[in-house]
Amino acid sequence: MARKSWVLAAAAALVGAGSALPAAAQNEQFLPALVYRTGPYAPNGIPFANGVADYWNLVNERDGGINGVKIVFEECETGYATDKGVECYERLKGKGPTGAGYFSPLSTGITFALTEKAPGDKLPLLTGGYGRSESRDGSVFTWNFPALGTYWTAADVAIQHIAKELGGMDKLKGKKIALMYHDSPYGKEPIALLQERSKLNGYELMLIPVTHPGVEQKSQWLQIRQNRPDYVLLWGWGVMNSTAIKEAAAVAYPRDKMIGVWWSGAEPDVTPAGDQAAGYKALMLQHGSGKYPVHAAIEKHVYGKGMGAAKPEDVGHVLYNRGMINSMIGVEAIRTAQKKFGNKPMTGEQVRWGFEHLNLTAERIKELGFEGMIQPLRFSCADHEGARMSRVHQWDGKAWKVISDWYQGDDKVLAPMVKETAAKYAKEKNITPRDCSKVE
Amino acid sequence: MFYREAGQFKTSYAADMSIFPIRQDRIALGLLLAFAFLGVPLLAVLGVGSFGHDYIFKAILIPFLILALAAIGLNILTGYCGQISLGGGAFMAIGAYASYNFALRIPELPLLASILLGGGMAALVGILFGIPSLRIKGLYLAVATLAAQFFFDWVFLRVKWFTNYTPSGSVNAPRLDFFGWVVSSPVERYMLALMFVTAFALIAKNLVRGNIGRQWMAIRDMDIAAELMGIRPLYAKLSAFAVSSFIIGVAGALWAFVHLGSWEPLAFNIDRSFQLLFMVIIGGLGSILGSFLGAAFILILPIFLDQVPHALGIPMSVETVSHLVFIITGALICSLLIVEPHGFARLWGIAKEKLRLWPFPY
Amino acid sequence: MANLGPFLEVLIGGLLAGVLYSLVALGFVLIYKASGVFNFAQGAMVLLAGLALVRSLDLLVDRGLPFGFAVVGALLFAGAIMAITAWLIERYVLGPLVNQNELTLFMSTIGATFILEGAAQMLFGSDVYPLQLYPTDAWILLGELFPGGILISKLDVWGGLIAGVLVAGLAGFFQWTKTGRALRAVADDHAAAQSVGIPISWIWFVVWLAAGLVALVAATVWGTKLGVQFSITFLALKALPVLIIGGFTSIPGAIVGGLIIGAGEKIAEIYLGPHIGGGIEYWFAYVLALAVLLVRPQGLFGERIIERI
Repeated sequence: MARKSWVLAAAAALVGAGSALPAAAQNEQFLPALVYRTGPYAPNGIPFANGVADYWNLVNERDGGINGVKIVFEECETGYATDKGVECYERLKGKGPTGAGYFSPLSTGITFALTEKAPGDKLPLLTGGYGRSESRDGSVFTWNFPALGTYWTAADVAIQHIAKELGGMDKLKGKKIALMYHDSPYGKEPIALLQERSKLNGYELMLIPVTHPGVEQKSQWLQIRQNRPDYVLLWGWGVMNSTAIKEAAAVAYPRDKMIGVWWSGAEPDVTPAGDQAAGYKALMLQHGSGKYPVHAAIEKHVYGKGMGAAKPEDVGHVLYNRGMINSMIGVEAIRTAQKKFGNKPMTGEQVRWGFEHLNLTAERIKELGFEGMIQPLRFSCADHEGARMSRVHQWDGKAWKVISDWYQGDDKVLAPMVKETAAKYAKEKNITPRDCSKVE
Repeated sequence: MFYREAGQFKTSYAADMSIFPIRQDRIALGLLLAFAFLGVPLLAVLGVGSFGHDYIFKAILIPFLILALAAIGLNILTGYCGQISLGGGAFMAIGAYASYNFALRIPELPLLASILLGGGMAALVGILFGIPSLRIKGLYLAVATLAAQFFFDWVFLRVKWFTNYTPSGSVNAPRLDFFGWVVSSPVERYMLALMFVTAFALIAKNLVRGNIGRQWMAIRDMDIAAELMGIRPLYAKLSAFAVSSFIIGVAGALWAFVHLGSWEPLAFNIDRSFQLLFMVIIGGLGSILGSFLGAAFILILPIFLDQVPHALGIPMSVETVSHLVFIITGALICSLLIVEPHGFARLWGIAKEKLRLWPFPY
Repeated sequence: MANLGPFLEVLIGGLLAGVLYSLVALGFVLIYKASGVFNFAQGAMVLLAGLALVRSLDLLVDRGLPFGFAVVGALLFAGAIMAITAWLIERYVLGPLVNQNELTLFMSTIGATFILEGAAQMLFGSDVYPLQLYPTDAWILLGELFPGGILISKLDVWGGLIAGVLVAGLAGFFQWTKTGRALRAVADDHAAAQSVGIPISWIWFVVWLAAGLVALVAATVWGTKLGVQFSITFLALKALPVLIIGGFTSIPGAIVGGLIIGAGEKIAEIYLGPHIGGGIEYWFAYVLALAVLLVRPQGLFGERIIERI
């Protein structure tokens, strides 16, 4: 008997999980969050996911939602695995009265897989600071929004910063720059641009791949010790970053000659290395660490009500801030869409329109409490990146300090590459690019 | 009561050797196939229950079918021929990348031919990596097949020709056009995967019943004895590697083309190899049916467990759920092995035996 | 001469790095030797031991205990956790599976891996936790002989010393203690050992405890190197080629295998890698192991496989 009731309960649960979803209230905007709070990349995934959730909660608690439309969100654990991410996407895309607003997978692999699926489902992908670099071309990649910067922008800015430290673009000639990268599409993205730049500026590019997950890097660093590159660009994620910094210390490679991409420049990357990380530099995805007016609002409205996702002392960390900004861009896109379609929950297609017409002016950024973190962003049909600005910050052993002015990715180099690669993709996939001059 | 073959007489050798000798089995299988081929699409068209959503197709049925196909392939090698392999992911990757390149570089080739040729490439490489099995046995061989896994992970990352020189090394599936049938909707994809799986399951079932299958099993049960009886280990082992890799390769191509659409080598990494081996062991070594059951258990159980707390309305953070899923999956694997070390297929066999006797146990 | 310095540096670095893999491989050997179980959970055990150690250490230091005492306390705590784990695995997983074939046993340890990974992260968190038990800087030797000198990481040397002590200790334990002798008897023949009154379940508990403590030692070294985090479980995959080169049943073999794999993969990566694209050390280690197996199918020091009909 006991066994039978157990079986019945399991069957009931199966039916429940498979089909019946509780009837959702009609004035809710459903937003999915693909997160990884477990597994090898959890140390980086957790703060990001916390930032995302806290900002959405802030909008609900302080403003009562987006123009009165309450945000309902659900997290789905991907563990950074592509097939798990696809499963989560399929699970969450149809929830809520209007379906998911947009997806933000925080993994290059999942982004690639979803890029194939999103157009069919009419769902935009917000990939702030990652994904395919050529996807900034909105005429081909209608549904992708690599907001704030692509890897090509990052690589370009890194070279500009090195040039500035050396005292001019012409000083790059004959220098040796090593790219130490996570051996995956993520790590390989910048290579094309760095090679292009090396032809232009005459530096020698050394490519050093690190096999996932990057727990063992002795041979890579002995190579660096023997070849003595003038700079090392670090394109890692997760344990690879902190291990690289520690090994750099072990072979006495100066940390201030290392420049990480913005995914290699957060607290979990430097703290395991302790004092050895002091001097290490990384690009900023516009923002860095630290607290701004928006944090005060979050502390008051979210943490004050005991709804905070993170430990209070982690609020304001680099990846936390990035999650928050990610959410903010999404929310503002929905707000933009509501201006056209009315103050109700938006479908993915409408949110996409909102992204494409999003214009985050300096005033609006100040109003939102993000002044000083990011620069104005303006998306358009032709430009899904919004802005190509970045800075560099340096870890002083205790905190990240901004050490540079704003750089802007050089479109003379970037634009032709984007155009060429996007055209190749369009041809391969039989996509007819939209004519951006005709899109209203 | 209902499941009893009393009164079913075999009057010819052909009937005695038929693939499903019991009438009830034939009827059940017929019903199952009819449901899979006709019922499921019908339910989808009518939008009944969860069949109305893409989710059940894209996230459950399609991956289940393709992984079951791969598990059948691995089961031929590990279950029937006794060669433990942790290279399943690599052979899936070879199938996927080879098919991609055949389709890309010889556009006039029909897509079906590209996929089968991809399987053929996997078979060739399988034979190559099967050669050490003539000397290395058991778990040593399992670890040695990891060489194939890591080597091909690296090859598809590094050799740009395979990925058609895309900057990131991630590639996209061609349009799925099978002699004019353009496969695009989830139900169509499901039907395509189902056709492949049915065809290969039938082929595999017949192979293992035939001469070659019996050679494999002889090698599995004791290779020295088999050799003394006149079975050539070279031929038997390498043919098992070839057939197994072929099926796994086709499954890899389907995984890439039909399920993912766009992929990178990470889609076929070591985790995939382990996953396939789990399916085969949990499902039952040396059983085609077991491959399906194992694939269902390993693929669907975590997905199901993951959604239980949410469906029941229990507030639980995703990391707790994820940890619990790990723990429960592990515990179920252990307890299943304790209850029945030979996997689901044996459990099914026992159930069938009981059903035959039911309701009179003697 | 100009090239000799870097070569020596790579060779020495590789040999020492290999010994760090041996630390993980040792746990595999212990259990396989005594029970014929290929324990895939060893990587997860390193994670569990490391997390237990670092989390209790942080707690004790926060309570104001001097660092030395805190380390001892944390080691004791982590050791206790490993003992509980060993008991649970013996009692609930392997005990009921006596006399099953090795593939089933292997699969059951994978089940145990899932449980350990889930439980370890649930109990102790899935963040990255810094650990600093050994010096992590480096010596530069022979600077006058070679330009730039030869770099030797202190942590690697510590790892090598610890591995040496462990192997000596384990060899002594197997050779001279009563439990050790019983262990060898069990390894030779379960049934015969049982018939002379050796309690098998106690012996297996001891073996799993020993493997757990080896995992704890490995966790101190690797935790210092990487920070304690989930990625530590991937070490199991780096330890496997070490294991097969040395042979599943040989404790010194694990060390020799580590030396061969470490030196081989580093030399290949640095001298061969740049010509064919780099990133080859992962598969190179396995191909090296495969090559050794083709010559000696039971590994360099494994017990000879005798087949009867």
